[in-house]
Amino acid sequence: MSKPLKQIHLAAHFPGVNNTTVWSDPEAGSHIEFSSFAHFAKTAERAKFDFLFLAEGLRLREQGGKIYDLDVVGRPDTFTILAALAAVTEHLGLTGTINSTFNEPYEVARQFASLDHLSGGRSAWNVVTSWDAFTGENFRRGGFLPQEERYSRAKEFLATTQELFDSWHGDEILADQASGVFLRDAKAGSFVHTGQHFDIQGQFNVPRSPQGRPVVFQAGDSEEGREFAASSADAIFSRHATLEGGQAFYADVKNRLAKYGRRHDQLLILPAASFALADTDAEAEELARIVRRQQVSGATALKHLEFVWNRDLSSYDPEGPLPDIDPDVSENHISKGRAQVRMYRDPLATAREWRELAAANNWSIRDLVIHTGNRQNFIGSAETVARTINEYVQADASDGFILVPHITPTGLDAFADKVVPLLQEQGVFRTEYEGPTLRHQLGLAHPDETPAEGRLAS
Amino acid sequence: MSPSSLHLAVALDGTGWHPASWREPVARPRELFTAGYWADLVAEAERGLLDFVTIEDGLGPQSSRFLDPDERTDQVRGRLDAVLIASRVAPLTRHIGLVPTAVVTHTEPFHISKAIATLDYVSTGRAGLRVQITARPNEAAHFGRRTIPRIEAYDSPESQELVADLFDEAADYVEAVRRLWDSWEDDAEIRDADTGRFIDRDKLHYIDFEGKHFSVKGPSITPRPPQGQPLVTALGHQTVPYRLIARQADVGYITPQDTDQARAIVAEIRAEQEAAGRADGLLHVFGDLVVFLDDDPAEAAARRDRLDALAGEPYQSDARVFTGTPTQLADLLGEFRSAGLTGFRLRPAVLGHDLPAITRGLVPELQRRGAFRTAYEADTLRGLLGLARPANRYAAA
Ligand SMILES: Cc1cc2nc3c(=O)[nH]c(=O)nc-3n(C[C@H](O)[C@H](O)[C@H](O)COP(=O)(O)O)c2cc1C
Repeated sequence: MSKPLKQIHLAAHFPGVNNTTVWSDPEAGSHIEFSSFAHFAKTAERAKFDFLFLAEGLRLREQGGKIYDLDVVGRPDTFTILAALAAVTEHLGLTGTINSTFNEPYEVARQFASLDHLSGGRSAWNVVTSWDAFTGENFRRGGFLPQEERYSRAKEFLATTQELFDSWHGDEILADQASGVFLRDAKAGSFVHTGQHFDIQGQFNVPRSPQGRPVVFQAGDSEEGREFAASSADAIFSRHATLEGGQAFYADVKNRLAKYGRRHDQLLILPAASFALADTDAEAEELARIVRRQQVSGATALKHLEFVWNRDLSSYDPEGPLPDIDPDVSENHISKGRAQVRMYRDPLATAREWRELAAANNWSIRDLVIHTGNRQNFIGSAETVARTINEYVQADASDGFILVPHITPTGLDAFADKVVPLLQEQGVFRTEYEGPTLRHQLGLAHPDETPAEGRLAS
Repeated sequence: MSPSSLHLAVALDGTGWHPASWREPVARPRELFTAGYWADLVAEAERGLLDFVTIEDGLGPQSSRFLDPDERTDQVRGRLDAVLIASRVAPLTRHIGLVPTAVVTHTEPFHISKAIATLDYVSTGRAGLRVQITARPNEAAHFGRRTIPRIEAYDSPESQELVADLFDEAADYVEAVRRLWDSWEDDAEIRDADTGRFIDRDKLHYIDFEGKHFSVKGPSITPRPPQGQPLVTALGHQTVPYRLIARQADVGYITPQDTDQARAIVAEIRAEQEAAGRADGLLHVFGDLVVFLDDDPAEAAARRDRLDALAGEPYQSDARVFTGTPTQLADLLGEFRSAGLTGFRLRPAVLGHDLPAITRGLVPELQRRGAFRTAYEADTLRGLLGLARPANRYAAA
């Protein structure tokens, strides 16, 4: 007997600051004007996607002491753009990446509770933990953390915001005009939190929101990151979108849930995935090849190698062989402000591996970066892409995908028009939204329906 | 528009400024935490061609006491984040300015700078910011990063020093925020496919702000907003905040009780403005007034009495409380204008009643007198206020 078909979750990542966005395409529009965000969000909603996703970076990246100028630079404020998008959509979830190192729980809790009210229950928070002093220079706390404390602060930050959300139960506002009782309970919102990172107390001033608490995402791939997700998140935004990589990650994280008293369906795995879609598979392959070359110019390829080598490689020819000198393994001084990915934490091993790959395939620097970099996950006709996505989800490589198109803001249009109807025909994707809130789309219980014990156990 | 035109803003807070306002049938107190409630209010203000709305905020529960929570249950308590409210209504409006409050004592200038810049993008040039300090120890305890000593006597040297310090910090804050707005030159995004460069990084600038309380490196992560510099506004009751207004604001709100006082405060602000080297800059000084408006003055007075009885005490405010007809209010605004005020921020006692009385009663009356616009004449908030789009301080001349 085969197991029942899983329903696929689909979301859309607004293409912006990253090296997947092809800003030089004649179709590429503004990455900052609201009309771009509105177009993108409306397309995602037309396609019945679960949510729109925004990443965040709190300092402009630098390379060799200068602001990095080869990718899209600049993005709007996450909360502000999501609140505005709530006005032009009705059902689409609104997921914002908000850092737990460079913020304070009272303020972030107010913002998410406000967003949840103003969107009728569609807010979600991707808790990230970038911690570096470079970013900290933009903040008055001068805030930065030792790397090993990033998750201890994140965990306490999240727990504290949940105490704030839970400080209102939802029945306190009576607003009885006749009797003159506005609040049933003068102590609504009272909290005391004493911990390693936060010692705060008082009264939270936003009443309980439609979802009770925003949906919580985690993005980060280390051992601690995976434990954090297993203990505390509703969904993971991961990098592992290949079949084998996805399956391994999926099994690993889902197996960690039991120890926190949680079931498999209480944590969704949603990798970032890019795609190249065309009328035929052959045309899509050709499109994918063109896009990759647009994404990786010679200059970009050299910069990409510099992240690993931690050296100025501007004298190398991007169409020539890889450097034969080894990476500088001292503290990274070349590249600043990039989310830390483990590939760069063992540069010697990465360099060795890349040299072997390049030698075996006779690749130039640029060829290597094109082949090892952001290869599109799904390439083909609508039929091929729909079939592959479904195969991956049914094979437990994920519970769905957060799609990252390479064009702003129209990069989702063809997917919405061509791929989604096929998934709907196969009965693996919704034709109508499941209910008013994001929890409904994600199949997650309202927090008041599940006991909080077992979550956030430290 | 006639050169004698005045500017009008309305201050939105809960169901209105009278603490018993929520008990009026028009008040909608159960909808305070919905988007529809705020969208309707701002739409009404826009129907009246007002320059902008401000949205009050705070980092703790509202209180009838100045420095502490009061644990009362008979008044509106709880608030949504003002920047998010402004942003939520921005796409639903076309012309009106949106000026949320930010409490600068506890929030990060970097975060507020990009939030207001983004509000400017989502409203295509209609964003502003009202900066406010807080000396409430309970709000400091919500953040736990600093303790604010309790003010025991307002005129003691220690409390004067504390307040002056909080306002100095606010001035630094606005300076950092303004530098961040300028940290990208307008034409920094070049998308030069030939060289593969998305931006011209020579047109992005570190702001390197160093103040007594904080430092910020920059540049912003958000490009320079449509207005270049969104509107900065602040409320002041004394010399120390007047100095903040004179040094850093585009619009200052003051609370004179009569025209003589208005004249004196305006003179003080103009002197501070000169001392700050901004004598040539256009700085609006708006009068704040709480208003109870009805077609019959007795009705307005009776309404105020009725609300006071519900509240159990007479309503008091830092601002002058006006009770009367739109015609009488138009007369009063005319008098105040002669004392040097360039506009007014009206605080409706009951939003559901007094806001439409402003837009449908006061505004037509002012229009009849040739003292208020009959159509929106500009696309940006700065434009409505006659403020030019400022040059970027970092751009090479
Ligand atoms: C898929 C993915 C997306 C991420 N997105 C962001 C982001 O938008 N902003 C950010 O500051 N950090 C982002 N991060 C970085 C993480 O927050 C975290 O700082 C970093 O990965 C270290 O955690 P780890 O050691 O558990 O991987 C992302 C990480 C992953 C794996």
